[in-house]
Amino acid sequence: MHNSKPRKNEFLLTLPSMGWLMIFFVIPTLLVIAMAFRNSDPYGGIGDQWTFNTIRDLRNPNYPSIIWRTLWLSVVSTIICIVTAIPASYFISRISKKFQDIILLLIIVPFWINFLIRIFAWKVFLHPEGLFKQILVTLHIAGPDTLLLYRPEAVLVVIVYSYLPFALLPIYAAAEKFDFHLMEAAYDLGANRFQAFLRVYIPGIKMGLLTAIIVVFIPALGSYVIPDIVGGPSSEMIGNKIAQRTFIDRNLPHASALSALLTFAVILPAAIALTRKFFKEKNSRSIGI
Amino acid sequence: MDDFLILDGISKSFGKHKVLDNISLTVKKGEIFSFLGPSGCGKTTLLRICAGFEEPDSGRVILNGVDITKLSPNKRQVNTVFQNYALFPNLSVFENIAFGLRVSGIKESQLNDEVGKFLELIQLTSHAHKKPDKLSGGQKQRVAIARALINKPNVLLLDEPLAALDLKLRQRMLVDLDNIHDEVGITFLYVTHDQSEAMSLSDNIAVINEGKVEQVGTPAQIYEAPRTSFVAAFIGDTNFFEGDVIEVDEPYSKLRVDGFTEVLAYNDKKIKKGDKVHISIRPEKFTLSIEKPDLSEKYNSIKGKVEEIIYLGYHTKYWVRVNEFLVETKRLHDRYMLDEKMITWGDEIWLSWHADYCYRLWQSLKAKLKKRRTSYK
Ligand SMILES: Nc1ncnc2c1ncn2[C@@H]1O[C@H](COP(=O)(O)OP(=O)(O)OP(=O)(O)O)[C@@H](O)[C@H]1O
Ligand SMILES: [Mg+2]
Repeated sequence: MHNSKPRKNEFLLTLPSMGWLMIFFVIPTLLVIAMAFRNSDPYGGIGDQWTFNTIRDLRNPNYPSIIWRTLWLSVVSTIICIVTAIPASYFISRISKKFQDIILLLIIVPFWINFLIRIFAWKVFLHPEGLFKQILVTLHIAGPDTLLLYRPEAVLVVIVYSYLPFALLPIYAAAEKFDFHLMEAAYDLGANRFQAFLRVYIPGIKMGLLTAIIVVFIPALGSYVIPDIVGGPSSEMIGNKIAQRTFIDRNLPHASALSALLTFAVILPAAIALTRKFFKEKNSRSIGI
Repeated sequence: MDDFLILDGISKSFGKHKVLDNISLTVKKGEIFSFLGPSGCGKTTLLRICAGFEEPDSGRVILNGVDITKLSPNKRQVNTVFQNYALFPNLSVFENIAFGLRVSGIKESQLNDEVGKFLELIQLTSHAHKKPDKLSGGQKQRVAIARALINKPNVLLLDEPLAALDLKLRQRMLVDLDNIHDEVGITFLYVTHDQSEAMSLSDNIAVINEGKVEQVGTPAQIYEAPRTSFVAAFIGDTNFFEGDVIEVDEPYSKLRVDGFTEVLAYNDKKIKKGDKVHISIRPEKFTLSIEKPDLSEKYNSIKGKVEEIIYLGYHTKYWVRVNEFLVETKRLHDRYMLDEKMITWGDEIWLSWHADYCYRLWQSLKAKLKKRRTSYK
C-alpha cells in the first residue's frame, strides 16, 4: 500500500521523456504505418482512400532479393562488429587507465569528420584507380579488372567500419565495470583461458553486448547512404528502395509500406524477446518468494 | 613426507617496493596454517603466489614434492576462497559450486551428486537455485568455500574469508570453518589480519610484518612467548620494558629497569651481566591488590597509581602509572563481592607478577610498533 505513492511520483518524473517519445516517435511511426494503407495520388501526395493495394504492391518481384540482402548484410555486419569488439574491449579494459583514455579518444576522433565525407573517402579508397586497388594489383592479389567498389562486400566493409565504434563503446563500458577477479576465480577453479572467457567474461558483459547488437543491427538495417555511395544497383538495400520511392517515384504510401515492413522486422523480434523475458521473470518471482 | 607445502625463499617486488622478502615456510598436511599480519604486509601477495596468480621474483613453491612455482593457476591442485568471494553473479548457487566440475568435463549425473553433497555440507540445499546477489554474506561465504572444495584441492587458500562479516556471524563462521576442515581434512592456508581469528582456528601461525616472517609457531607459542616486539604488540596487548642485567641466576636473571623496580625475569636464552635486554609482560599476568601482597621469592611487585580504567564487561583494564611508565593491566571479574573495596581512579595499588611471565624479546624496541599503545610513554 505505502508503495503506491513513490511509484506515482516516479511516473511523474518520466512524463517529459514519455511525452517526447510519444510526439516524436510513437505518433510518427503510427502515421507511417497508417500511410501504408492509403492509395497514392499521381502528384506525389497521399490519396484519401483506405486500401490494401499499397501493401499488395509490396509483392514486387525485385523485393525478396533486396530484403534478403538487407537482412544478411545487417546480420553479418553486426556479427563482425560484435566479434571484433569483444576481444578489443577486453584488451582495452585491461591496459592502464591512461592508455584506455587515449584509445577511446582515437576511436571517437573520426566522428568529428562528417559521415558523408568518410563514406566518400572509402569510395576513393576502393575506386578502380584508387590506392588500395593499385596495391592489390601490384601484389597480384587482384586482377586489373577486379571491381572492389559497387558490390555487397564493399557495403559490408563500410557498414562494419561505420558501426564498429558503436559496438565497441557499450561493450567497453560493460568490460570496464566487469570484475576481473572473476576471471581469476575461473582460472583458479581449473578453467583455461577460453573457458573462462566464454563462461565468465561473455556473460559478465551481456548487457553491453545486447546494447551493441541493437545499436549496430538497427541502423545497419536502415542503411541508405552507404549502399548508395559504395554499392551499385546490384547492392541495393531496403533503405535505397524507400528513398527511391520517396524522392524519384514520389509514392509516399509505397515508401511508407516498405518502412512499416522494416519497422516490424525490428520491433517484432524485440517485442517477442521482451514479453518472453517478462513472463519468465513473473514465473520465477511467483515461485521464488 | 611431513612438509606438504614448502615456500622456499620467496621474494617479490612491485616496482621498487619490495613486498615479500625471502619468505620461507613449511606447512604440514591437513593443518590450518595462518598468515597473520597488518594490512599491506604482503599476505595476499604471498597467497596469490601459492595460487599461481603472481610469480615470485625468486624462490620456489613446492607442493607435495613438486615444484609448482611456474605452473598456471588452472593446473594447480590448489583452490582459493577470495576476499570478496568472487562468486559468478550470472550463475546460481548450484552452478557456482558446479563450475570446477563443469570445466573439467565430468558426467552430468556424477556432477549432480557431487554438488548435492557439497550443498548439504554448507547447508544451502534449499537455496541451490538462487543467484548470489540474493544470498546473505555468510551464505555467499559458504558457497565460495564449497565452490573451492568441490575440486578436492590439496590446499585450500582463504584470503580473509570472514573480514566482510559482522562479529556474531564471524564467530559462527569460524566454528563452521573448523567443522568443514575436520570433515574434508584438506590443508588450509588462512590469511587474516585478525589475531583472534588466527588464534582460534590455526594449528600454526606465521606472523608477517613488512614482507618478512617475524615468527612461526602454535597460537600458544606466539602469544605466550613472542620472539619480537612486533609479535608481542601485534598479538594481544602487552607492556615493554628495557633493562640491564645486573645478576644472573639460571634460568632467572635480575634486571634493572630505570624508573621502575628491579625485575626478576625468566630467561632460557644465554645472557650475561651487563647485557641490555627487552622484555614483554602481558596485561593479564599482573595481579592487582590494594594491600601490599605477601609473595614468594619468584614474584615481582611494585606500587603505582591508577590513572585510567576501562570497564569491558567480562574484564576491566587498568592503566597504572609508575613514574614514566603507564602499565596496562587486565583483571577478570571472576566473582563480584559487594564488600570488596572497588579500585577507582587515583588509587594507590600494588602490581605483582611472577618472573615466568617476563618474556625476553629478540628484537629491539625500536622496531616499529604499529598496532597498540604500550607502556612506553
Ligand atoms: N599488483 C600490484 N602492483 C603494485 N603493488 C601491489 C600490487 N599488489 C600488491 N601491491 C602492494 O603490495 C603490498 C602488499 O599487498 P598485499 O595485498 O599483499 O597486502 P595484504 O597483507 O594482503 O594487505 P590487506 O590486509 O590490506 O589485504 C601493498 O603495499 C600493495 O600496495
Ligand atoms: Mg589482502
